[in-house]
Amino acid sequence: MATKILLENLAVEGIRAIDTYMANGGYRAVSKALKEMSPDQLVEEVKASGLRGRGGAGFPTGMKWSFLDKKSDKPRYLVCNADESEPGTFKDRYLMERIPHLLIEGMITASYALGANTSYIYVRGEMMSVIRLLERAIAEAYAKGFLGKNILGSGYDLELYVQPGGGAYICGEETALLESLEGKRGNPRNKPPFPAVSGLYGCPTVINNVETIASVPWIVNNGGAAYASIGLGKSTGTKLISACGNIRQPGVYEIELGLPVEEFIYSDAYCGGIAEGRELKAVVPGGSSVPILPKELILKTAAGEPRLMSYESLADGGFVSGSMLGSGGFIVFDERACIVRNLWNFTRFYHHESCGQCSPCREGTGWMEKVLHRIEHGHGKMSDIDLLVDVAKHIEGKTICPLGDAAAWPVGSAIRHFRDEFEAHVKHPDSCLAKHLHGAYAHAVPIMEP
Amino acid sequence: MSDLLKVTIDGKSIEVPPGTTIMQAARQLGGKYPPAMCYYEPLKNTGGKCRVCLVKVAQTSEANPRPMPKLVASCITRVEHGMVVENETSPEVLDARNGVVEFLLINHPLDCPVCDQAGECDLQNLSYEHGHEQTRYEEGRREFERIDIGPYVQLHMTRCILCYRCVYAADQLTGQRVHGVLNRGDVSEIGTYIQQSIENEFSGNIIDVCPVGALTDKTYRFKQRVWFSKPFDAHRDCDKCCGKVVLWMKGDAIIRVTARKNEFGEVTDFICNDCRFEHKQASDWSIEGPRDIIPESVIGANKYELPVVSPAVNVDAKFVSE
Amino acid sequence: MEFSQEIKREFDQIVARYPQGRQKSGLLPILHRVQAEYGWLSTEAMNAVAEYLNLNPIEVYEVATFYTMFHLEPVGKYVLEVCRTGPCCLVGAETLLQYLQRKLNIGIGETTPDGLFTLKTVECLASCGTGPVLQIGPEYLYHEHLTEQKLDQLIDRLRSES
Ligand SMILES: Cc1cc2nc3c(=O)[nH]c(=O)nc-3n(C[C@H](O)[C@H](O)[C@H](O)COP(=O)(O)O)c2cc1C
Ligand code: SF4
Ligand code: SF4
Ligand code: FES
Ligand code: FES
Repeated sequence: MATKILLENLAVEGIRAIDTYMANGGYRAVSKALKEMSPDQLVEEVKASGLRGRGGAGFPTGMKWSFLDKKSDKPRYLVCNADESEPGTFKDRYLMERIPHLLIEGMITASYALGANTSYIYVRGEMMSVIRLLERAIAEAYAKGFLGKNILGSGYDLELYVQPGGGAYICGEETALLESLEGKRGNPRNKPPFPAVSGLYGCPTVINNVETIASVPWIVNNGGAAYASIGLGKSTGTKLISACGNIRQPGVYEIELGLPVEEFIYSDAYCGGIAEGRELKAVVPGGSSVPILPKELILKTAAGEPRLMSYESLADGGFVSGSMLGSGGFIVFDERACIVRNLWNFTRFYHHESCGQCSPCREGTGWMEKVLHRIEHGHGKMSDIDLLVDVAKHIEGKTICPLGDAAAWPVGSAIRHFRDEFEAHVKHPDSCLAKHLHGAYAHAVPIMEP
Repeated sequence: MSDLLKVTIDGKSIEVPPGTTIMQAARQLGGKYPPAMCYYEPLKNTGGKCRVCLVKVAQTSEANPRPMPKLVASCITRVEHGMVVENETSPEVLDARNGVVEFLLINHPLDCPVCDQAGECDLQNLSYEHGHEQTRYEEGRREFERIDIGPYVQLHMTRCILCYRCVYAADQLTGQRVHGVLNRGDVSEIGTYIQQSIENEFSGNIIDVCPVGALTDKTYRFKQRVWFSKPFDAHRDCDKCCGKVVLWMKGDAIIRVTARKNEFGEVTDFICNDCRFEHKQASDWSIEGPRDIIPESVIGANKYELPVVSPAVNVDAKFVSE
Repeated sequence: MEFSQEIKREFDQIVARYPQGRQKSGLLPILHRVQAEYGWLSTEAMNAVAEYLNLNPIEVYEVATFYTMFHLEPVGKYVLEVCRTGPCCLVGAETLLQYLQRKLNIGIGETTPDGLFTLKTVECLASCGTGPVLQIGPEYLYHEHLTEQKLDQLIDRLRSES
């Protein structure tokens, strides 16, 4: 049985309630950290664990924490990124809904490590029910003395609040999130300065994903070395993968990093194979922003090695033949799926979600969407395909925040690996695969724009 | 002095104090400095948005000789000691800049022939240098109704490039901002949300900071193309502002009053609405003499013709948005 | 326009979460609260929020127009927000959206003549494994694994409840 760090107590009845959570070992990490460890020791344990940010970029968490400006006499903040809006990603919501106290326990231990006395959990506004659930759980934690003044007699104070978003994918980007938390439009900030130096209200701030923070209690309880012994190479520990699309068992799975992709897709312990016995066509393995890979390249690397669920293996081959682990949003396409239509959909998404601050992303995403819309609806030209690649190139790397890249990568990769499908749309405008299908993509009529 | 930082831009070096940006250093060096559509030195926090000023940092500093991984916005990136920057000499920079200019133009109406700003428009200047011969953009363009914001200023949102300068200007020059950026993405617009007029003694300055013809002087519209009028430096005693202006004259008639722009096209001495809109008699002013025009500008180089970019197929198509 | 004492007390509690002078941080939670109360955000309501938080009204308009959850025009009693993003489309969201449009006889962004339903599309709701999905404010409960039958039942129930 694979190691479970986050979802170990998933099946325990009533685990949402603090008493049940505590009866199953919950909040041990808080007393251990506050009573037996110094904040610096805690940072060292997290460094030793090799834990990497689970929000998408995979940046080593311990290192991020050590960048926090501790010389500043300003207050320090920890902000949890629970904006989870990357298409294909639904692991944070799953975790917060089922085991809310794990995140709260993580927030307390991580805030202590960083010397933060006020922390916020920024939850996307659409998850109002999760917000209510977290607020209830926080009230329970206050009642037990895990939050507030002088926690467990340690002298450490912490106030923890939940902040709702308002419907904007861009607020998952950490500096846009901070702007939003300050009550402003979610416009990402130019960096530097980085939040570790000047973040919330201009104070030193760490922003971490829900899953990252929820991994901290286990590290406190079992030690960084124990965490580092799980997983593969620099991909230590476990990762929540949210699997969706044309598979038999969509859902959230906690995997030990390094699991072969093939096993993840076909084993009954995970996705259970392709739905209705169809053939696998392609996978977007880390949320909509990462490059799509065709069947051959998702199961094996270009060198013929088995592809593994790890940061390194999924990135093997760079963007020519590889992709990224990203947020762990694993989207599976079966043989019927239309790559062009999906790309149009994703590009429409980025166009819709661009904050509009910088010209390449503001103008380029809309341009790409319109060209893709034409191709998908039978009005494309051969030259449009290279035009798309060129527009994507002029966005990538030229913008304030990575949303521009996130919009460009799917375009570049879909055309790189499925160029024939784009050409077929242009040559045979009436024979888009989708039109012959029922269920998925059954309708050629554009019904998605208002 | 040891605390000066040495930076090399396109092969020429200069020493600058810490905190100086690449753009500022390049402007001090003279020659071809990066263009700026959103950065406006006299206004705090401007810059970083339009991306036309992107440059390549080939060496980060003496201590860190590696290049920066991406092109950086020169207007907000600070110089480090030993930094080596490529601006005009980098094909990568020029390609990126052409791309940005193309993006700025796809939703821009090609109405230069009827635009008040023609002849002194930063976007027009930029497209001469970085524009494509023909547009590759065949889709519908964004369109808005033009609106009056108050008695003096007209907003033609269709032309706006969302540089945010006017928002910072309103914040920093006037006490109460009533206009701002509404909506998001490519349907963002400058506006007041509810029909409202901008009434403030310094509100007219948003016209001067606008790099394109989106904010224009209602008291001037259609009187005269700018290149037919002659600019004169002039001043008057004003208890609200410095009173130093440029009068745009045709014969003896003042057709427009603006603030003075420096060699980088920026106003450092902002003027009040009283000087700008209410003093249109030559007798109101002490005229100092004719004003030199910046040589690079379209009027300066006397190269005004039709815009380089040919009109798109369906210029009139309404932009479909939510 | 005046908010009730009770709502103002809630506003006070919200603003207490932030450091002194950072009351603007309360803007999003307060707008959500106002929308839950009145169904949408009128200019008067936004001006009143601006006054409460000591902001220029434009600062509120700028924010309210940036975020998609805020309704700036009156909407139906139930706003059905259907996810239209890729993963949901892989499992039939487009077909379902068409069904819903036919069933309610309105287009996206429109409200039924009886004022009961407004139909909107939204982007990925982090429910892709249980799609197709829609949510209904102000509680924003998710309705997952949608089928035509489930939609029929949902619409019938909402009609009978009102
Ligand atoms: C457009 C965009 C959207 C993002 N959305 C999220 C998100 O929803 N949740 C998240 O944790 N990180 C998101 N990120 C990444 C964050 O910027 C940030 O890297 C992350 O929260 C850091 O936490 P971690 O180090 O624990 O991963 C997003 C980044 C971008 C550019
Ligand atoms: S890249 Fe896009 S989302 Fe990011 S700051 Fe620029 S316009 Fe906004
Ligand atoms: S109106 Fe002019 S100054 Fe204001 S954002 Fe638009 S282009 Fe910039
Ligand atoms: S001038 Fe530097 S980004 Fe606009
Ligand atoms: S795509 Fe619909 S919930 Fe994610």
